[in-house]
Amino acid sequence: MSTIHVPVTRNGFGRTSRPDAWWVVPLLTFLGLGAFVVYVTWAAFQGVHYRFGPYLSPLYSPEIFGDPRTAWFGGKPDWFPSFLPFTPALLVLWAPGGFRFSCYYYRGAYYKAFWADPPSCAVGEPRKSYCGEASFPLILQNIHRYFLVVALIFLPILWHDVWEGFWFDTGFGVRAGSLILLVNTILLTGYSLGCHTLRHQIGGILDQLSRRPIRKQGYRMASCFNRSHMLWAWTSLFSVAFSDLYVRLCSMGIWTDWRIF
Amino acid sequence: MSTQVTFRIWRGEKGAGQLRDYTTEISSGMVVLDAVHRIQATQANDLACRWNCKAGKCGSCSAEVNGKPRLMCMTRMSDLPADKPITIEPLRAFPHLRDLVTDVSWNYDVKKKIRKYQPRKPDNPDGTWSMEQDDIDRVQEFRKCIECYLCQDVCHVLREHGLHPDFIGPRFLVYSAALEMHPADTADRLPDLKNDLGIGYCNITKCCTKVCPESIAITDNAIIPLKERVVDRYYDPIKRIFRAITGSGGD
Repeated sequence: MSTIHVPVTRNGFGRTSRPDAWWVVPLLTFLGLGAFVVYVTWAAFQGVHYRFGPYLSPLYSPEIFGDPRTAWFGGKPDWFPSFLPFTPALLVLWAPGGFRFSCYYYRGAYYKAFWADPPSCAVGEPRKSYCGEASFPLILQNIHRYFLVVALIFLPILWHDVWEGFWFDTGFGVRAGSLILLVNTILLTGYSLGCHTLRHQIGGILDQLSRRPIRKQGYRMASCFNRSHMLWAWTSLFSVAFSDLYVRLCSMGIWTDWRIF
Repeated sequence: MSTQVTFRIWRGEKGAGQLRDYTTEISSGMVVLDAVHRIQATQANDLACRWNCKAGKCGSCSAEVNGKPRLMCMTRMSDLPADKPITIEPLRAFPHLRDLVTDVSWNYDVKKKIRKYQPRKPDNPDGTWSMEQDDIDRVQEFRKCIECYLCQDVCHVLREHGLHPDFIGPRFLVYSAALEMHPADTADRLPDLKNDLGIGYCNITKCCTKVCPESIAITDNAIIPLKERVVDRYYDPIKRIFRAITGSGGD
C-alpha cells in the first residue's frame, strides 16, 4: 500500500506509560460477561423453575417444546436425539446468545477483556501475530445480521410474555415480577433497536436517505438507540439474568412475589 | 497560584533515547504545550517539538501524555495529577525523528491510495448539484477531522502489530467513509476497502473514538457502517442471490 517503512517497537504484554488503573474496565468486563455466561449456562441446563404463575423466564422464551401444558408444541419431541440434554432453554438460547456474541459492542469489549487484543488502549499485547476480523475464524462475526433477524422475531414474543405477566388467576394485577419482566423487555428492545446492523439496513446503506422518508425516520430512531448501545447492552444483559433469577427463586418458594395492586 | 511539576520527556533521535526529568513552574490555565515551551525556553533549548495553532485545530502537537495519545495544546495541566511526574513521549506508531517529533508522512502516502471523489453528472443546467442537508450532515461529521493522527497512533493494529502495509488505520477509514457516503459520489471503494485497505483488520475496540479531539464517532459512524457495506457486498449470501436475480444493489 505504502512504500514508506514504519518500524514498530513492541511494548510487551501490559507495558504502558499510562499511570491510571487501565485494567479496571477490562477486568469488570471479564467478570460481568463471565458471570453472565456461567449463570445462563447453569440456568439453561436446569429445565425446572422457569415458570411461576403467569411469568416465564426470558431464558426459556419461547417455550417451543417443554412442559406439555404450556409449551407451544407440547413435550420433548420424539425426534430429539436422546444423547443430547434437553431443556426448553437449550432450544432457543442459541439465538440471543449468537446475537450478543456477534454484536459490534460486545466484540470490542470481549476482545479486550478475554483476549487482550489489546488489553486496553495504548497497552502492550501478549501476541505478535494478528489477523483481526479479516480471516477465519473471526470473519464469521459477519453472521451478525442473521442473528439480528432472529432477535427481532423474539421481541414480540417477549412482549407477549410481559402482557401475560399482568394476568393472574384473580384477573389483571401488577406484581413485582410483572414489572421486572416489563423492564427487562424494554431494555432488550432498546438494545435490539440500537443494533449497528439494524441501523445500517434501515438507512445507513443509503447515501441519499432524504429520498426515503420512512427509512430516514427509522434510521434516526436506530441512531438514537445506537448512541447508548453500550448502556443498553449491559443493562439488558443483567436484566435478563435477574429476571430468570427472580422467576426461579419465586418458583422455588425462596422469594415472595410482592403484589402492588 | 503556581506549583512545581516534574515532566518526564523523551529525549533522543531515531528511536534511541531516554526519558529525562524537567521540573518547571505551572500556573493556572496552562496546558501541557505551555509547560513544554517553558522547559524549552528555560532548560532545554534544543528540545524538538512540533506545534502550530495552539487551538486544537492544526493537529501538530500530537504526543503521548501519560501514555495516552493527546494534543498537548488541548490537555489542561489541571486535568493531570500534579503530584507525580508527567510523562511526554512521541507518537509510537510512526518513525521517530527527534525528541517529541515523529515522521507521519506514511499517512500522506496512504491518503493518495484512496479513490478520489467522483461526482455524478451535474443535476442542474448550470453545472451544479442539488443535495439535501440531511444527506450532507452525515458526512459533515467526518470533515471535522484535523489529521492529528492520534487515532492512528492508538490503533493497536498499527501501534502493536505494525500492519502499516496492509491497514490504512482509522483516520483513513473516516476519510473513505466521508467519500463513500457522500450523496453525489459515484466511486466504488468497497473492493479496495476489503482487499487493499484492510478494513477487516479493525476489531472495533473503539480506542480511536476515545482519543479523537474532535469527538468524531469514528467506530460507530464511519468504520462499522463501512464494514456493513463490505458485508453486504461480499459476505451476505442472501444479498448476493438477491443482486444476482434483480441486478440491483440489494438495498
